[in-house]
Amino acid sequence: MEVNEYLEVFIEESKEHIQSLNDHLLILENDPANMETVSEIFRSAHTLKGMAATMGYRDIADLTHKMENVFDAVRNNQISIHSEIMDVLFQAVDQLEGMVLDIVDGGEGAADVQQLVTQLQAIENKEEIPKASAGFASADIVDSKPEAADTIFSPFANLDEFEQTVLRQSKENDCNNLEINVRLAENCLLKAARVYMVFEVLEQVGEVIKSDPTVQELEEENFESSFHVLLITKETADQVKNKILKVSEVEEVVIQEYELAEPSESAQQEETKLDESKEEQKTAAPKQQETTTKTKKAQNVVSKTIRVNIDRLDALMNLFEELVIDKGRLEQISTNLRHSELQDTVEHMSRISNDLQNIILNMRMVPVEQVFNRFPRMVRQLSKDLGKKIDLQIVGAETELDRTVIDEIGDPLVHLIRNSLDHGIETPDKRIQAGKNETGKLLLKAYHSGNHVFIEISDDGAGINKEKVLHKAIENQVVTPEVAEQLSEKEIYQLILSSGFSTADHISDVSGRGVGLDVVKNTIESLGGMLTIESEEGSGSLFSIQLPLTLSIISALLVEVADEKYAIPLSSIIETAIIHKEDILNAHNKQVIDFRGKVVPLLDLKDVFEVPVEKEESDLYPVVIIRKGDKMAGLIVDTFIGQQEIVLKSLGEFLGDVFAISGATILGDGQVALIIDTNTIIT
Amino acid sequence: MDGNANIYKCIVAQLDNQEYAIPVEKVGAIERKLHMTRVPKTAPCVKGVINLRGVITPIVHLRERFGMTSSVETNESNRIIIVHMENYDVGLIVDAAYDVLDIPQNKLEPAPQVIGAVDVDYIKGVAQVNDRLIMLLDLEKVLDLEALQAMKGKVGQLNG
Repeated sequence: MEVNEYLEVFIEESKEHIQSLNDHLLILENDPANMETVSEIFRSAHTLKGMAATMGYRDIADLTHKMENVFDAVRNNQISIHSEIMDVLFQAVDQLEGMVLDIVDGGEGAADVQQLVTQLQAIENKEEIPKASAGFASADIVDSKPEAADTIFSPFANLDEFEQTVLRQSKENDCNNLEINVRLAENCLLKAARVYMVFEVLEQVGEVIKSDPTVQELEEENFESSFHVLLITKETADQVKNKILKVSEVEEVVIQEYELAEPSESAQQEETKLDESKEEQKTAAPKQQETTTKTKKAQNVVSKTIRVNIDRLDALMNLFEELVIDKGRLEQISTNLRHSELQDTVEHMSRISNDLQNIILNMRMVPVEQVFNRFPRMVRQLSKDLGKKIDLQIVGAETELDRTVIDEIGDPLVHLIRNSLDHGIETPDKRIQAGKNETGKLLLKAYHSGNHVFIEISDDGAGINKEKVLHKAIENQVVTPEVAEQLSEKEIYQLILSSGFSTADHISDVSGRGVGLDVVKNTIESLGGMLTIESEEGSGSLFSIQLPLTLSIISALLVEVADEKYAIPLSSIIETAIIHKEDILNAHNKQVIDFRGKVVPLLDLKDVFEVPVEKEESDLYPVVIIRKGDKMAGLIVDTFIGQQEIVLKSLGEFLGDVFAISGATILGDGQVALIIDTNTIIT
Repeated sequence: MDGNANIYKCIVAQLDNQEYAIPVEKVGAIERKLHMTRVPKTAPCVKGVINLRGVITPIVHLRERFGMTSSVETNESNRIIIVHMENYDVGLIVDAAYDVLDIPQNKLEPAPQVIGAVDVDYIKGVAQVNDRLIMLLDLEKVLDLEALQAMKGKVGQLNG
């Protein structure tokens, strides 16, 4: 087997399983009795272990194996979860993530897992958890065996309660319990690999309940040539047999129905079980149905989804952009020719192209959950480090954003959340003093609105102290005292986004180095977004990020200035107007107009872009009113051309950042029009 | 430089009656004049951008880049040489462009101290072929962003 071929799949799936581990551990922390979650974690750890062992990542396999043991014990009610165990488990997951990332970077995925393994071992054996590596590093590994050895008896005579229940339920649910004996060819070289492939097959048709020898031993090739598996499946014995035989080097497959022994435990246990099973019978039926529909659903999802390399999506997008440009050109030609059949066809094509555009853009949309799901862990850790109590709520994780935006937005969000935890939410005793609940609330909220997606981070902490901000800003020479007096509330809050600014009195590990918030602002603006801050001292603050839905195809208004064409993104336009010369007022040598009761500064694009023509006096001026947050400006142009879908293209590295230009687009006639960056025009 | 160690293959371009060589492997295309869109607030020698088969390509006027004052009106023989640099493509406006020329290595000489109005730092060397004096351009230096930045007019106010 060529390993590289599977590496990508391994990495993808490992990440998914690690995420699932994280998610479920968090659920488990809040609800330690949730056995469904325990099984879920067990399954993830188990799959990870199997994959890692097959790929030869021994450390990952070791670690997951220990985790698996712990959860097996939890599942069998031998251990109860408490916070110390959770800490070790979280550390283990972190370690796993680190190792997988190492593999992504081309490393070996190796790490010193001895300490964690020892700790997990201790949990499993119900010993005290060794805190540090002190002396414990080379502790007993041999001890782990007895528990595992317990399960090795003759094939499946000795099932634990959990397994029996599962089998019984599957019976009630018209599934087959099959005992499968697989014999590999004598000369088989990669026995573990074959076993893995057999398990792959089995997991596709049903659920493997148990194997003999244990999976661990199978993976270590600690068996002769045959092994037993207990499988729950909807398929018949023959079907399963045929599928297994497709795996090469499998010599023989014997399948028989597994007869469940009647429960014959001690009377006491039986009694309790009777009660239980009665209750179970009541709940079992609907519950079973639920789980089966769930698995059915899951299967459906699997068959309806394919993994596509992102590069291909990008290539598709690029080709489609070309198409949009040609479409624009065709539309123009057909309008010029006035040939009715041509016009009909072009119109039809435009409609299809619009649908196509929606589909392609949707394909690139990813739920923001991908970014959000790492925050619960982060908040948990940070709140521990900071000695604060925090209740994180996430709303709207299903909101979708373009992949390119998703890739970029993670770090800024991390920073803002850290900021809220560190500077926003107070310590429990301070909160009690202020008459608040000692647990601080942090709300992470995402939602769609128009052509934008909003992500908000709000807390019910101390809010922003305006005096302190001003004082700091002046001290750090971000503003002069004179300017500071003139600033509005919002402008003061914006100051904390300037570089070289930090209001924390102490530099903490979490945030407060004075770099960061300005980086956050820059990143968001480079994505075409905006960051606004609202705050009320004493009751909390709100950071709101506004992001465009997509970055590559936008609706824009084309305007003409002299003989140059410019595109203004519709998302930043309030409206267009024709302004009479008399309505233009002069305020402090600046031209302004009265727009719906507001004084709006007026800029002539000829001046902004230094268009090389003589300015002509005129009675009427076409004006585009644009906005950035609360601020507005009017741009004088010569002509409005019309609205068009345009493809945003970069000006390239050679030109770098050009003032007030965010990119270029190709028009229907093949000419290039520059796209105006309204954010830099309004200051 | 090229497959044959003894031959330097280049495209010869004419500017103000002098001849300049651009290594052939850097040249992507030679175009007649295309519609150009001016990009405001860039260096004076950056004439704008063109749509080169779907790619936005900036255009540099070599005459102005080299500070040649005697600006000849554009005419039919004007060409745009598209060169592929490491991270971007750029078009260079020249008075005229000729075919590929093979210069034997032994004809190449290092750049003399002063050659007319052209600053020496982007001239890699000179070659004398059949009584023609050909200057070899160092494109990295010609398109050096910092040099262009220095030539750039005042940049607009920063966003406060």
